[in-house]
Amino acid sequence: MVQDLVIILFCAPLAAALLSFGSRHSRAAEYGTVVAASADFVVSILLLVATLRHGSTLWWRAYIQIDALGAWVILCISIVYALSSIYAVGYMRLLDEEERLPLFYGLFSGFAFTMLAACVMNNAGVFWIAIELTTLISTFLVGFEREAESTEAAWKYIVVVSSGISLALLGTVLFYWGGSFVLGPTYAMTWTALHHSASQVYPPLLTVSFLLVLVGYGTKAGLAPMHTWLPDAHSESPAPVSAMLSGALLNASMLGIARFLGVVSGTSTSRLAHTAVVCFGIFSFVIASLFIVRQTGIKRLMAYSSVEHIGVQALGLGFGGVLGIAGALYHMLNHSLNKSLMFFGAGNAMRAYGSKEITDIRDVLRTFPVTGILWLLGAVGIAGAPPFALFLSEFTILRAGIAGPYRWAVVLFVIFLVVVFIGFLSHFRAMYFDETENPPMPRILPGLVWRALPMWLSFLPVLVLGLWWPHVLWNAFTTISAEIMGGAR
Amino acid sequence: MFLAHVNSLQASIFSSLAILSLLLAFVMLGSHWLRNYVYAFAAESWLIAVLSAAVGYFGGYPELYAIAFLTAIFRGLVLPYLLMRIIDRLHVKREVHAILQPSSSLVVGALLVMFAFVIANHMNRQAPPAGYVVVLALTIMISMKFLGFLMLSVRNEAVSQILALLVLENGIFLGSQILVPGMPMLIEIVILFDLLIVVACFGMLVRFLLVHAGTTSSRELKRLVG
Repeated sequence: MVQDLVIILFCAPLAAALLSFGSRHSRAAEYGTVVAASADFVVSILLLVATLRHGSTLWWRAYIQIDALGAWVILCISIVYALSSIYAVGYMRLLDEEERLPLFYGLFSGFAFTMLAACVMNNAGVFWIAIELTTLISTFLVGFEREAESTEAAWKYIVVVSSGISLALLGTVLFYWGGSFVLGPTYAMTWTALHHSASQVYPPLLTVSFLLVLVGYGTKAGLAPMHTWLPDAHSESPAPVSAMLSGALLNASMLGIARFLGVVSGTSTSRLAHTAVVCFGIFSFVIASLFIVRQTGIKRLMAYSSVEHIGVQALGLGFGGVLGIAGALYHMLNHSLNKSLMFFGAGNAMRAYGSKEITDIRDVLRTFPVTGILWLLGAVGIAGAPPFALFLSEFTILRAGIAGPYRWAVVLFVIFLVVVFIGFLSHFRAMYFDETENPPMPRILPGLVWRALPMWLSFLPVLVLGLWWPHVLWNAFTTISAEIMGGAR
Repeated sequence: MFLAHVNSLQASIFSSLAILSLLLAFVMLGSHWLRNYVYAFAAESWLIAVLSAAVGYFGGYPELYAIAFLTAIFRGLVLPYLLMRIIDRLHVKREVHAILQPSSSLVVGALLVMFAFVIANHMNRQAPPAGYVVVLALTIMISMKFLGFLMLSVRNEAVSQILALLVLENGIFLGSQILVPGMPMLIEIVILFDLLIVVACFGMLVRFLLVHAGTTSSRELKRLVG
C-alpha cells in the first residue's frame, strides 16, 4: 500500500516533466502539471495517514525510508506544488514566453520531484545529493525570465548555495568517519546508524560535524547570516517559483537540520546543537524583521518574511520538546500555505501595476476587489495575528521556549514579533489605503480565475487551521517528535 | 579503520600526496591567470586519483581503483576541458580587479591553514603514526574549505568562482579518501557525476550572464541589494 503510494508520488511529477519536455505543447504541459500536482497532493495525504497508522517503511535496501517526519514534509511540499501549478497556468501566460512554457513546466515538475525525493532518502549522503539537485534545477527556474536581474539572482543563488551546501557534505563525511570507529569501515549511512554510533563518537568531532551540517543546510534553508541568496532568488523568479522556493524548498532543507538534530539527540553534543539552532533561528528572525521594516520591493518583502519564518521554525526545533517540535511542524504547514498566498497576491499586483516597487502599487482594493481582500487578510496572518494559523504555531513555539532554558530567545522573539507586525502591515496600509496624487493605472489581465482559485485554496485552510488545531495533527506531531528525540528508529 | 595499521612508509606517501595537493591550492591562490587555475586544478585532481589508488593498494580496497580512474578522467580531464572552453568563450585571461593581491592572499591562506590545523588537532584522538595522517587529512580538508571560501570572496571572475567551488569539493574528496576509504562506492560515484552536472550548469549560466547581464564579474552584479 505505502509502496504503491510512493510510486505514484514520484511517477506523477516525472510523467508531467516528460510530457512537458516531450510534447513541446504549452497547454499539455500546464494541464499535465496541474493533474500531476493534484495527484501528488492526494497521495501525500494518504501516505501520511498510512505512515502514522503502520509506522515507517524501509525500501530498496533501506535507501528509502518513509517515516512520519518525511511524510509530513512531503505533504507540505505537495500542497505548495499543487497550489503553484494552478497559479502558474494563469500567471505564466502573462509573460509572453509561450514557446518556452514546456521548458518551464518540465523544470517545475523536476524541481518538485527532487524535493520530494529528498524527503524519503534514508542515507545522509544521498539526501545531500537530492538537496544539491534541487539547487541545480531551481537555478534555471530562478533565471527563467532571462533579464539582467534574474540572471544575476540565479548566479548568486547557485554560487552561494553550492558553496554553503558543500559544508554539509564535509559534515556528512565527518559523521560517517565518526561512525566508522563504532560500526566498522563500511556501513550504510542511514539516519539510524548515525544515531546509534553518535553517542560513542569523540564529542569534539561530533560537534564540528554537526555545526558544519547545520551551516550547510542552514544556507539552503535561508537562515541568517547565510540567507543572502534568498531575497534575490525569491524576488526575481516568476511568482509560482517564488512560492515553491519559499513554501517547499526551505522545508526540505529544514528536514535535513531536523534529521541531524535527531542523530545527535541524547549525546553530549545535543545541548550545544540545540543552542546553535536557537541562535541561528533568533538571528534570522531579528535580521529579517529589520529588513522587513525598510523594504521597498514587494517580493523582497515576502522573501525576508520567509527568512523570518524559517527562523521561527528553527526556534521551534531548537527549543525542542514535544511542544517545540509540534509548533515547528505546524508552522511549516501554515507558512507553506500562507506564504504561497502572499506570493500569489504579489505576483498579481506586480503584473497589474507593472512594477516590483511597493511605492508604485496603490489602491489595491480598487484593482482587486476580491483577491485584494484575501491578500490583505493573508498579510495579517503572516504577520502573526489571530485568528490565522501562524499565530497558533508561533504561540506554541513561544510556550515551548518559556518552558525551556532559552528564555532570552523568547524575549527577543516577542520584541521582534511586534517589529515584524508593525513593519509588514505598514507596507500593506500604504498599498491599500494611502492617498496618492497621481494614481497608477493598473492593467486588467486575463486568467484571473486561475490566479484567484489557488489564493482561496490557500486562504481557507489558513483560517480553519487558525481556529481549530485538529487532534489528528497533534497525534502526528507527538509521533514525529518521539522519532526526532529518540533518533530515527 | 585501516589507518590504525598504517606503517611509516605508507603514512609518508599519503602525507606527501596530500601536502602536494594543498600546495597546488596555493598555486591557484597565488596566480592571476585563469589558465593557471585550471592547470593547477587538473594536477590536483590527478594527485587525488593517485592517492585513491595508493589507499586502495595499501588498505585493500580494490573498488578505490575504479574511483581513482573516474577521478582522473572526470576531475583530471573532462572538468578542466569544460573550464577551458568557458575561458575561451569569455575572452577573459586574468583576474583584473581581485580584492586581494596574490601575495596578500597567500599570507591570509597560510594563516587559514594554521587555523585549520588547530581545529583538526582538537578533533583527533588517535595515537601516532595513524594520528599524524588523520590530523593532516583533517587539516587539509578544512583548509581547502577555507582556501576555497577565500578565493570565492576575493576573486570576481565567474570562472574563478567555479574553480573555488571545485576546490571546496576537492578538499572533501581528498580527505575522505584517507579517512573513510570504505565509504560506499555508490555515493562517491554519484558525487562525481553530480560535480559534472554542476559544472555544466555553471557553463550555461556563464553564457546567460554574458548575454543578459553583460558581465561575468561578480563586482558588477550589484542590481540586487538590500
